[in-house]
Amino acid sequence: MIRTFNKGGVHPHENKISARSGIQGLPVPGSVAIILSQHLGAPAKPVVNRGDEVKTGQIIAKGDGFISSNVHASVSGKVIKIDVADDVSGYKRPAVFIEVSGDEWLDNIIRDGSVDREIKLNGTEIINRISESGIVGLGGATFPSHVKLTIPRGKKVDNLIINGVECEPFLTADHALMLEKGEELMVGVKILMKALNLNKAVIGIENNKPDAIQHLQSLSAQYGGIQIQPLKVKYPQGGEKQLIKAITGREIPSGGLPMDVGALVFNVGSVFSIYEAVQKNKPLFERIVTVTGRSVSKPSNLRVRIGTPVSALIEAAGGLPSDTGKIICGGPMMGKALSNTEIPVVKGTSGILMLPDSESRRHKILPCVRCGKCVDVCPMGLEPYLLMPLSQHDHFDALERAHVMDCIECGSCSYICPARRPLLDYIRLAKANVGKIIRTRRKP
Amino acid sequence: MSKILTVSPSPHVTSDQSVQHLMYGVVLSLVPAFLVSLYMFGIGAVIVTAISILSCVVFEMLIQKYIMHTEISIRDGSAIVTGLLLAFNLPSNLPWWMIVLGSLFAIGVGKMAYGGLGCNPFNPALAGRVFLLISFPVHMTTWPLPLQSRIQYLDAVSGPTPLGILKETVRSGATAADALQQIPGHMQLFMGQMGGSLGEISAIALIIGFFWLLYKKIITWHIPVTMIATVFIFTGILWLAEPAKYASPLFHILTGGVMLGAIYMATDLVTSPVTKAGMVIYAVFIGLITVVIRIFGAYPEGVSFAILIMNAFVPLINKYIRPKRFGEEVKNG
Ligand code: SF4
Ligand code: SF4
Repeated sequence: MIRTFNKGGVHPHENKISARSGIQGLPVPGSVAIILSQHLGAPAKPVVNRGDEVKTGQIIAKGDGFISSNVHASVSGKVIKIDVADDVSGYKRPAVFIEVSGDEWLDNIIRDGSVDREIKLNGTEIINRISESGIVGLGGATFPSHVKLTIPRGKKVDNLIINGVECEPFLTADHALMLEKGEELMVGVKILMKALNLNKAVIGIENNKPDAIQHLQSLSAQYGGIQIQPLKVKYPQGGEKQLIKAITGREIPSGGLPMDVGALVFNVGSVFSIYEAVQKNKPLFERIVTVTGRSVSKPSNLRVRIGTPVSALIEAAGGLPSDTGKIICGGPMMGKALSNTEIPVVKGTSGILMLPDSESRRHKILPCVRCGKCVDVCPMGLEPYLLMPLSQHDHFDALERAHVMDCIECGSCSYICPARRPLLDYIRLAKANVGKIIRTRRKP
Repeated sequence: MSKILTVSPSPHVTSDQSVQHLMYGVVLSLVPAFLVSLYMFGIGAVIVTAISILSCVVFEMLIQKYIMHTEISIRDGSAIVTGLLLAFNLPSNLPWWMIVLGSLFAIGVGKMAYGGLGCNPFNPALAGRVFLLISFPVHMTTWPLPLQSRIQYLDAVSGPTPLGILKETVRSGATAADALQQIPGHMQLFMGQMGGSLGEISAIALIIGFFWLLYKKIITWHIPVTMIATVFIFTGILWLAEPAKYASPLFHILTGGVMLGAIYMATDLVTSPVTKAGMVIYAVFIGLITVVIRIFGAYPEGVSFAILIMNAFVPLINKYIRPKRFGEEVKNG
């Protein structure tokens, strides 16, 4: 049976133009800038100094605090400076700059291409290995995976969900991974099942990837307990709350976590990295990035070292199209527009999308015609047309009462609005302000 | 970097549907109804429609330029829709200056006085129509007869509408059945061969427009279907109880402004509720009020009044009929 979530959602043009191009390795660049806060939580503390020689896979910064994650060298070479670099949002972040020489990997990383099916580590060892390897959610939220796997006392997880939805238009990195690394993914899921002591898991995949569904389905015969669940195409099905609803029928209560309904969600990219970490001892220092756009000459799915400048990816996809007006890191619905192409790839970079100038500018804003479309499409059941004016007039109490904090920033409301009102811009602003108020209230 | 890149927050894409698309979609969907009108009433349909659209657009421009000092926004298409729908609610032999006055009221009082697009509580076209009905009751209730005077405008042969015949006959003490003998058959009514306002007569043409609007996702089925069903059921109950006294439910939905009102007037984005549940409640009440006015009121037709009355309740409906939030009512098993 095909499932989906029941509230809201939109159908943007899919534009999966890079779906048929396999995964290609991008050559190691001349230098990298590895940002130390690539994950949700506190930045990692550097453990290398200027002038140090590092090998590929070597730890260069240690997670600092409970929600934090290790960072590893993605290349071998010399640390030339520890400074700041622009991140995708335009903020300066501490980063380790490495000048590349050769590509010498740490000895303990197993580099044969074979699929290692036998899981030797036990549950705790698996979680430790995931923690050491700096695995975070590669779907974009970059929440450290080992934190997710550490179930607090009194909570129970009975639903392990693997997110192969890839509902963002244009992006195909997860799709390519499911096609080419299906076996590794299955083993990765088994690893997670072992760590969580579960005997079943569900992989949710949208219907627009029939080849991936079929491939994993045929593999699932050999990997007991893993069910492939086809899903109706609808954005934002890859949202954690929507995916859990689609697959289990359960709704996370307002302000709650997946764990509150006994569910945990891992993106397929993360699962693959977990496989590599646990079976091959390989920390997370590279990932698949879709480089695409309708004017791009070679839309690709590239295996990229973390810290590679975006410009190198664009070059590999045939160069920057002359009509480009906007470069987006991520998909068109939730991605961030980049101010320049020297920004380095981080663990959460799922795609680089080049939009032509004609599609880059905002449209003229008209008054709200109260069509209700924004209400209709909001997957969280909010009323964006009311939230925007409340935010414009700083009515923070009313915004909080209207549950503005429930907004998952999926952008469906701004996408659908026929008056082209920038609803999410104002809702984001409201969330920042209301969030601040809530936090100060919590402090005594 | 030589290139200037646009940096703006997500989402970076929008749906194809803009306000202009919605408005011009409505205009396009009214083509079949207009063609039927042209066939039935001839030149009058063209004159009334042209004057109405033109005056609505011009008044909107003038008011924005000289009174409100705001950007001129006629390109959004909403004034054209108001003009078109106002014309569709008028008899095709209405003198031109009355149409101009009606347009002025629709745009000036019905829309711009509240602040323009999106701010008006009442459907502007209906506000214009009701203003004319109250100011010029005789002209507004003399409808040209179909197929009789295609090349006359003001001196078209006129006669009562089916609903008018019904009201008069019942008032004079006769039964609905007597009245129905003077009225064209259901098939003719369905095609639009009857007296009436120029755009309301042909159910089939309006239904074609309705499907087009649904297909283009410009409106949803909720308001039209609920409203027509309510009229049908309510009049159906009365008819079953006393078939001699009341007209059939089919007659009621095919005559007067029910189709036009349900598909085009009640679905006006600005003046209808935002949630689906709200739309259903709103449409049920429009249906009920329409039937009450038709059967018990002084006027033969009540659709316009019913919609305007319910327009007034839309803010209240929007306030109390809210969408259910995700995770609001958690029943996890
Ligand atoms: S209000 Fe938030 S959750 Fe709702 S559609 Fe807009 S961005 Fe998505
Ligand atoms: S979609 Fe836009 S025009 Fe429609 S109600 Fe929402 S804000 Fe208003």
